[in-house]
Amino acid sequence: MTQEQNIELITVDALLDKVRAKREQGCRLVQVSATRLPDQVELTYSFDLDSRLANLRLSLPAAETRVPSISSIYGCAILYENEIHDLFNVQVDGLTVDFKGNFYKTAVKFPFGSVKAPGAKPAAPPASPVAACGAAPAATTESNK
Amino acid sequence: MARTVIPFGPQHPVLPEPVHLDLVVEDEKVVEARPSIGFIHRGLEKLAEKKDYIEFVYVAERICGICSFIHGQTYCQAVETLMNVQVPPRALYLRTVWGELSRLHSHLLWLGLMADGMGFESLFMHSWRVREKVLNIVEATTGGRVIFGSCKVGGVRRDMDAETIRNLPQELDEIEREMREITKVFLDERSAKARLCGVGVLSKQEAHDLGCVGPTLRGSGVAQDMRQLGYAAFGDIQIEPVTRPEGDCYARCAVRCEELFQSVKIIRQALARIPDGEIAVKVTGNPAGETITRTEQPRGEVVYHLKANGSKNLQRFRVRTPTFANLPAMLKMLPGCDLADVPMIVLTIDPCISCTER
Amino acid sequence: MGYFEMSKLALKWALTKPPTSRYPFEPRQAISGSRGQLVFTKDNCVYCTVCAKKCPTGALLVNRAQKKWAIDRLRCISCGCCVEVCPKKSLELTTNHGSPSVTRDREFH
Repeated sequence: MTQEQNIELITVDALLDKVRAKREQGCRLVQVSATRLPDQVELTYSFDLDSRLANLRLSLPAAETRVPSISSIYGCAILYENEIHDLFNVQVDGLTVDFKGNFYKTAVKFPFGSVKAPGAKPAAPPASPVAACGAAPAATTESNK
Repeated sequence: MARTVIPFGPQHPVLPEPVHLDLVVEDEKVVEARPSIGFIHRGLEKLAEKKDYIEFVYVAERICGICSFIHGQTYCQAVETLMNVQVPPRALYLRTVWGELSRLHSHLLWLGLMADGMGFESLFMHSWRVREKVLNIVEATTGGRVIFGSCKVGGVRRDMDAETIRNLPQELDEIEREMREITKVFLDERSAKARLCGVGVLSKQEAHDLGCVGPTLRGSGVAQDMRQLGYAAFGDIQIEPVTRPEGDCYARCAVRCEELFQSVKIIRQALARIPDGEIAVKVTGNPAGETITRTEQPRGEVVYHLKANGSKNLQRFRVRTPTFANLPAMLKMLPGCDLADVPMIVLTIDPCISCTER
Repeated sequence: MGYFEMSKLALKWALTKPPTSRYPFEPRQAISGSRGQLVFTKDNCVYCTVCAKKCPTGALLVNRAQKKWAIDRLRCISCGCCVEVCPKKSLELTTNHGSPSVTRDREFH
């Protein structure tokens, strides 16, 4: 048996209105995921109402990956949005809780970012108080096999 | 009143996996909790670019040690959807049986950790003693105790012979009897209730808005269980989600205790109805397309988002695990509680941090 | 609401034999069907290298020209893929889990 998929394509400008409409319907935010394709980044926002999944899809051009945050509507979205910022180098504007790039500690910054991602460890002093206290030596490297 | 910052984790006796919380306390009451995760980020999603989709089942199983079988099962299900493969019914029933055994072992493990978090060491040992019986069944039928290694794209790798299927219900009787003894202590013992009741209350609306899943959601009264979607053998076996209205740690503990018995019932039903036939079909070619698959892990709803473009490696492999969805609930429950309640609240969402940061 | 619900359980187990076994003084009871250590039978092997290709972790190294078969025990996950594909049945997974390795060397046969 296959689970139904329905994906609605929207534009960046319509994002906040559509999400607000989903919130009014009483949907639960399921996930926000990002996929890096050769010339664009696709964002998928999934919502659940009575066990039926509805997805909103955005395509951002690789040159300008900026998206408004939905954390003002769904507070729990901060985790997903910090993650897509840290892994995919997508700028999210208006996050209610911003880890400023210190959510995941990776050896390579923006592992799924563009081809020319810098390979340096995140050396800038963290601006949020979270990482100031939580900067334990975390040498997590990506497995190479 | 002066504020102190107490670091909780990443190494702490009650935590099964490393997570760091900076607790800002005012005289034993927690005022704010700032999380810091990323200690166990292994970059498994990027590994999809290196391993082909058939071998990747071994990686998907190893995202987590506790919920490993259902990760493998969901991955296989998602790839089978992409490639339009019809899995034989016997394989679906076997997957269901192993999935429910996995849920039994996971909930028993959690009960043990909860008892340990309360300081109730002997109950922790008893829960894990019963869990050993479940693991022995799993080892005899699949070959592995923790990582089952029995799912593959197209079916399962090992069959259960008729004698095993006949003897299993008797072993389940014994396990069920012992589980009743243990859950009675969890739910009726005065000291356990004193630590669990009224701690970490989440109302129904809050649980829904924060995006909670699994027993965290069902403990607040929302009746949603992904097994109702009808994957594997759940098209034939009806599931009634177990819910509790109170929304505190006791309610979530009671939901998990009740789910233990629900799982035993499901295993019995599946074993009684298991059809004969093959256990796998041959899969050739490469996957193409996109799919979003959801199943119910012991901790809640897991979402697998797979994208493939016709090559041997998947283009995108994205897992949204249930603990990731429950973390905001934990961060909401912490402010306002006593310092001594912090372990209860952290354990009540059943944190599986290695799933969260694959 | 019970006082000392645990006492029934505690009393019962105080009077019963403990469920733990005195490992390593008593050997562990092997469960048939368990996937333990890989055992290689040199006589049947024709060095076709299929097992090395199928191994998901790259634990096996087979050299057809020099007739050498090597395994890195620390990489082997006992999945059984090599056992399934070997055409000459020279590989087998036993229930015994083998002794711990202290070096990362490959075992040559």
